[in-house]
Amino acid sequence: MPTVKLNRKVFEKLVGRKLPEQELKHKISMLGTDLESVDKDEINVEVFPNRPDMLSEQGFARAFSAFIGEKPGIRKYEIKKSNAQVIIDKSVSEVRPYTACAIVRNLKIDDEKIREIIQLQEKLHVTYGRNRKKAAIGIYPLEKIKLPIHYKALPPNQIKFRPLEASREMTAEEILNEHPTGKEYGHLLKGKKAYPVFLDSSGSILSMPPIINSALTGRVTEETTDVFIECSGHDFEVLSTLLNMIVTALADMGGSIESMELKYPDKNIVTPDLTPKKMPIDISYAEKKLGLKLSGEEVKRLLERMGYFVDSSFNVHIPAYRADILHPIDLVEDIAIAYGFDNFSPEIPSIASTAKQDREYGLNHKAASVLTGLGFQETSSYHLTGSEQQTERILMPDEEVIMLSSSVNEEYNSLRKRLFPVLLDVLSRNRHHEYPHRIFEIGSVFSKSSKTETGVNEETNLAVLNASLETSFTEAKQQLDALMRAFDAEYKLEPANYPSFIPGRCAEIEINGKKAGIIGEIHPAVLQNFDLPVPVAGFEIRLSPLYLNL
Amino acid sequence: MHSRNSTESVQDNPLKESEIADSLSPLERKVLPLLTKYTLLSELVQHSGLQQVEVMRALQWLSNKKLITLSTEEKEIVELAENGKAYLEKGLPEKRFLRALSEAEKGLPFKEIASKSGLEKQELNASLGLLKSRGAIEIDRGIVSITEQGKALLSKQTLEEKFLQAIASEPKETAALSDEEKYALDTLKKRQGIIRIVLRKEKIATLTETGRKISKMDLGANTIEKLTPEIIKKGLWKNKTFRRFDVQVNVPKINFGRRHFINEAVDYVRRIWIEMGFQEMTGSLVQTSFWNFDALFTAQDHPVREMQDTFFIENPDKGKLPDKKIVAAVKKAHEHGVSGSRGWKYKWSQEEAKRNVLRTHTTVLSARTLAALSKEKIPAKFFSVGKCFRNETLDYSHLFEFYQVEGIVVDPNANFRHLLGYLTEFFKKMGYEKIRIRPAYFPYTEPSAEVDVYDKKHGRWLELAGAGIFRPEVVAPLLGEDITVLAWGLGFPRIIKEYYNFDDIRELYRNDLKTLREVKLWTKQTE
Repeated sequence: MPTVKLNRKVFEKLVGRKLPEQELKHKISMLGTDLESVDKDEINVEVFPNRPDMLSEQGFARAFSAFIGEKPGIRKYEIKKSNAQVIIDKSVSEVRPYTACAIVRNLKIDDEKIREIIQLQEKLHVTYGRNRKKAAIGIYPLEKIKLPIHYKALPPNQIKFRPLEASREMTAEEILNEHPTGKEYGHLLKGKKAYPVFLDSSGSILSMPPIINSALTGRVTEETTDVFIECSGHDFEVLSTLLNMIVTALADMGGSIESMELKYPDKNIVTPDLTPKKMPIDISYAEKKLGLKLSGEEVKRLLERMGYFVDSSFNVHIPAYRADILHPIDLVEDIAIAYGFDNFSPEIPSIASTAKQDREYGLNHKAASVLTGLGFQETSSYHLTGSEQQTERILMPDEEVIMLSSSVNEEYNSLRKRLFPVLLDVLSRNRHHEYPHRIFEIGSVFSKSSKTETGVNEETNLAVLNASLETSFTEAKQQLDALMRAFDAEYKLEPANYPSFIPGRCAEIEINGKKAGIIGEIHPAVLQNFDLPVPVAGFEIRLSPLYLNL
Repeated sequence: MHSRNSTESVQDNPLKESEIADSLSPLERKVLPLLTKYTLLSELVQHSGLQQVEVMRALQWLSNKKLITLSTEEKEIVELAENGKAYLEKGLPEKRFLRALSEAEKGLPFKEIASKSGLEKQELNASLGLLKSRGAIEIDRGIVSITEQGKALLSKQTLEEKFLQAIASEPKETAALSDEEKYALDTLKKRQGIIRIVLRKEKIATLTETGRKISKMDLGANTIEKLTPEIIKKGLWKNKTFRRFDVQVNVPKINFGRRHFINEAVDYVRRIWIEMGFQEMTGSLVQTSFWNFDALFTAQDHPVREMQDTFFIENPDKGKLPDKKIVAAVKKAHEHGVSGSRGWKYKWSQEEAKRNVLRTHTTVLSARTLAALSKEKIPAKFFSVGKCFRNETLDYSHLFEFYQVEGIVVDPNANFRHLLGYLTEFFKKMGYEKIRIRPAYFPYTEPSAEVDVYDKKHGRWLELAGAGIFRPEVVAPLLGEDITVLAWGLGFPRIIKEYYNFDDIRELYRNDLKTLREVKLWTKQTE
C-alpha cells in the first residue's frame, strides 16, 4: 500500500485545527488509514487502495478536516470556463483512446511543491493508474505551450524529441529501448503501429504518454505558475475522476481551475467536471447493516463528516474525486467510520447451528496417531518443490509434474507429485542429527487429470520413511501392516519395479481393492542423489482407499 | 613444569559411608580399590583390565560421589621428530661423516665426504663444526682426516644415540630424565627436527578421606545389581542389599513420536471454531481465477492478479468455469454491477477467469460455499483452516505458502455489531480479553475492519485479523440475493511465531528434526 508523507505544519494549516498528538494518532487510524509514524515535523500514513483521492497532502487534509468536524460537508471548487481546446485525433482510438484535461493557474510553486506534485503523480500512477496501464498523468508548464493542444497517434519514426532526464533528442524507439522510463513502461506500447503524443499548435511534442514528457515543454519549474494537465488512458470515467483528484489537490494548494474543451471526433466534452454524483441512501438499510438506530439528522451529520452532502430527499452528493463509491454499502461503511469504529458495542446473536469437522481431517488425525504411536516424527513441507526432486533425483526423469508459470523462487517451480521425494529431502537436510530418523507426512499431491474442474487432481497422501543403519524393507512393511490393522483394511502387496527402489525390494500396495501406493527400500543411487549415508525404506499411499469402508 | 587443577571442591556426601558403598556401580567397584595404589589414568587402565572410557566413566562417578578428586597434570614429554626417526635408521650425520672418513686413510677433500656420506650440505656443515669441537677431525689444506679421538667416537654409542633409541620405544617425561639423558636432550634440542617436546595432559585421581575408607570395605560381595527372574522367584534378595542408584544423575535423551508443531496449532484453532458451532469448509489448493478472484469481485486488472503476486499454473493453464448462471451473474457484477451497484465498468473476460492459480486466500472456499448453499440452510456458519499461496521471495518474514484461518456467518439478520460480537467471542477463546477494530480495506468486504487484540503479557496491541461484511457484488451473484455474510480471517504464522518465539518465519517449514523433536508442545487451551 502506498504511504503518504505529510508535512505536519502544512497539514495542520490545511486541516484548520491542531490536535493533541494522542488524538491526532487515534483519529488518523479511525479514519481508515494506517498510521505509520508521527513526529513534530512529519506524519506518515498508509492510504488504502480504495482512496486514491487521499494520496496528496491536500486530499488527506480535506478528508481529515471533515472527519474531525472542522470543515464537514462537500467542498466547493470553482471552475472558470476557458476556451482552451484539446483536439483528439481518431488515430489514438487504437492505442490510448481517451484523455481528460484541465488548466490550473496562479500556483505558487516552490521546490517542495514540485516534489509534492511529482509524489502525487507517481502514487496515482502506481495505484489508480495501475502502473500507467489504466491511466497516466502529464503536467506541463503552460507558458511553454501554444494552445490548442493536439492528441494524436504518430508512427514511431515520426516521433523525435528530447525527453526528461536525457541530454539529447531521441526517437520513439530510442526512448523505449534506452531511456530508463522507456524501458520500464515500453511494454504498454509494444506492438502498436502508432504511438500517442500530445503536441502543441506549433507542432512541438509535449509528451509521449504513458511514457515520458518532453524536457522542453514538459517540465514544471519554480517559475511555473500555470499548468496544463492531461490524463490519458482507456476509460474516460476513470480519467475524469483521476483528473478531479489532481485539480482539487492543486486548487487546495491555491491554484484556480480552468476547464478545457475536448474535441473528440464524434463529440465535445468539457473537463474537469466536478459535479457530484448522486446516490440515494436508505436509512433503514444502513441501520440493518450496522445494527444501529439512526435518525435522518444523524445520518446527514455522519455523511458530512466523510465529505459528502446529503440533500432533503436523502440523495448523497458524492465528491467527483471519489472513485470508491459503487454501491450504497460504501456509504454505509463511511457512516460507520464517521460513527467511530470504537463506538460500536459488540452483540452476540443466538443462532442455532451445529458444528461439523471435515471427515477426512478427522481420519487423517487417526492415521497420524498410529504413526506417532510407532515413534514417528511428523514433518510439514511446502507443496511447492523443485521439479528435479520429483523426477531426476528419484531416477524417474519422465514423470510429468505440474509446473508453475513464474515462481520468484526458482528452486520452487512446481507442485509436488509425490511426498516421498520431499521426505528424502528432509532426511538429506537432517543427516547431521541423531539417527534413527523416522518421519512421516500427510499432505496434498498434484497430478494432471481431465476429470476435475481445473485439470489438476489433488489427493491426500501419506508418506513414511525410516533411515538408520538397521533400516530394511521388513521394517517398513511392519509399519504398513500396523496401520492397515488399525484401520481394519485389507491390503495386498504386488512385487513391482520402480527405479527409485531396490529391485526385488519394492511392491505396489493395494488397499481395500484399490491401487494405493508403493512400498520399498530406496535405491542407493537415489540415496547418493540425496547425499544420504544410511539405508532408507518406507511407503507412500493415497489415504482415500484406506478410508473406503469406514 | 607441573600444574594441578582440581576439578571439584571436596564436600561431604550427605549419604552414610555404607550407603555410598552400596551405590557403587560394578565399574566403580573395580576401580576404587586400585586407587589406593595408582593415581594415573594410564595406570588404572593398565591394572583394571577395563577400557579407558570405562575407567573414565568410573572416575567421573566416583568424583561425583566425592570419593576422589580429579585433577589433570601437564607433563613435558620428549619424543622423536621426523629427522630423529630418519637418523635412528641411517645414523646421526656426524657418525656418517666419520664413517666416510674412516675408510680413507689419508683423509678426504670436503666434496668427496659429501658424495660418500650422502649427507646434505647443511648436515655436512653441522657435522664439521661439531666434530671439530670434539677434536674428532683435523683439517689440513682442504683435506679432512679422522683423529684417534674420532675413531673412538665412531666405535661407541654416543649419549645422543642412546637417548634417541630410548625415546623411540617410549617418549619420556623431561622431568624424569637422568643427567646423561638431560645432556643428550640439551644438545639434540639445538639441532633441527630431531626431537620435539610436547605438553601432555594426564588425569590424576586422588582418594578423599571418605574414598579411602570406602576403598577398604568389602565392595560388592553382597549387593544386587540387576533384579533377575531367579532372584525374584527364589527370594535371593532377602539377605542382600540392592545397589543404590544415583537418582539425580543425567540420563541420555530419548525422542518420542509426535506431530509437527504447526499441526498442533492447527488443531487448536479448529477447536475454537468447532466450539463456536461452525462447520468446516475444505477444497482444492488449485482453483480457477473465477473462484479465487472474480467471484470475490476482484477486478481483472487488479494488481493481485499479476504474475508477481500470484502463482499461475503453466499446464494446465486454464480450467472450466462453473454453471452458466453464476458466470453470467459474476460477469454482470463486474461490468455493470448487481443489486444496486455500479460495478467496475470494464469488459470482463471469460478467458482470464479460467486461468488456474494456487489459491491466494481461503476466502475462495467461502465463495464456493456460498454458491453451493441452499436457502433452507440459512442461517449458517462456516470455517476453514488451510494453506494459501503468494508468489513472494522466501525470507525471514515472508513465506510463499502459509495457513489462513477464516470464518463466515450467513445470516439475513446479522449486522456489523454481531461481527464485533463474534470476534470478541472468538478472541476470548484464544485468551485475548480485549479487542478493538479499526477501518480497513479488502476488495470483497464493506465495511472492512482490522482487528487488534490486547496482549496482556507484553502490554501491547497485536494486529491479528481482518474482518468485514461481504460486499453485495460478492454475495448476490453467488446466493441469488444480498444476504448479510459476516467474514473474518487471521494470519496463522503470527500466532505460531508468538507462541514459539521464532524470529525467522522459515522455521515453520524447515523440518529440522532436532527442533521438531525438542520444541515445546502446544499446551495453550481454548478459554
